[in-house]
Amino acid sequence: MIPLNHFLVLGALLFAIGVVGIFMNRKNLIVLLMAIELMLLAVNLNFIAFSHFLGDSAGQVFVFFILTVAAAESAIGLAILVALFRNLRSINVDDLGTLKG
Amino acid sequence: MAFPLILFYVFGAVLLASALAVILVRNPVHAALFLVLAFVTAAALWLLLYAEFLAITLVLVYVGAVMVLFLFVVMMLDINLDRLREGFWGNLPLAAGVGILMAAEMVLLLLRGSDPVTSPGAPPAGFSNTKALGQVLYTDYVFAFELAAIVLLVAIVAAIALTLRTRKETKYQDPSAQLAVKASDRLKIVKGMGE
Repeated sequence: MIPLNHFLVLGALLFAIGVVGIFMNRKNLIVLLMAIELMLLAVNLNFIAFSHFLGDSAGQVFVFFILTVAAAESAIGLAILVALFRNLRSINVDDLGTLKG
Repeated sequence: MAFPLILFYVFGAVLLASALAVILVRNPVHAALFLVLAFVTAAALWLLLYAEFLAITLVLVYVGAVMVLFLFVVMMLDINLDRLREGFWGNLPLAAGVGILMAAEMVLLLLRGSDPVTSPGAPPAGFSNTKALGQVLYTDYVFAFELAAIVLLVAIVAAIALTLRTRKETKYQDPSAQLAVKASDRLKIVKGMGE
């Protein structure tokens, strides 16, 4: 059977790809959101692997809640993106300097 | 090599390749479609871990709802891709450095374990993952479950409130103004000319 290490290494690599995606797509808000989804997927994979190897279903319940919160997060994120595009005609992160922060 | 291990390597390779494609392809529509592939492959990996309910949920809810929402938004926006890709490969040294360092740290730590934990194997026949999950979800975690419902409700309200707008060029009726109108607002009686 598949040892636990394999799943954890796969999750670690997936998480690292998500981080690299955030670094490289610094201007594109949509791909930034997608990279966050990738990182959440890696975390969920770890949770499910631990849940299976511990024989405890609490990990799967956690994944259930993470999926809920991630769906809410991406819905609000995309709504903000649409509102932003309507006002600025752009989704470039460099154009979001109105607050001069 | 056992058959599940072969399946794991195949799905793992597809998952990593599609994740790389998500962050590297030029067109955001293609990125969203590669993300769909990544989610479906991850669902297959979750099936290998006997998490049937969550695997189906990932495909139905995530691919069916969230990714379709992503695709809608990506296709609706008219994006200037050239400006968004400016300096994309210039970020590569820093991104690759951080990514490789992070991945190497985690992988070295995980592979150091002298005694690899082996799988407890398949659950007994007749075991229902959905039933087991439902039993803890509606008893031990019922408060968190209600909170999740509230989070989703807030997300619905927020998404609608953020994107709702009244267009100036379209004509629409205001029911409260219609109800509050008086005859004197609409009808003006003038003296006749013929008298």
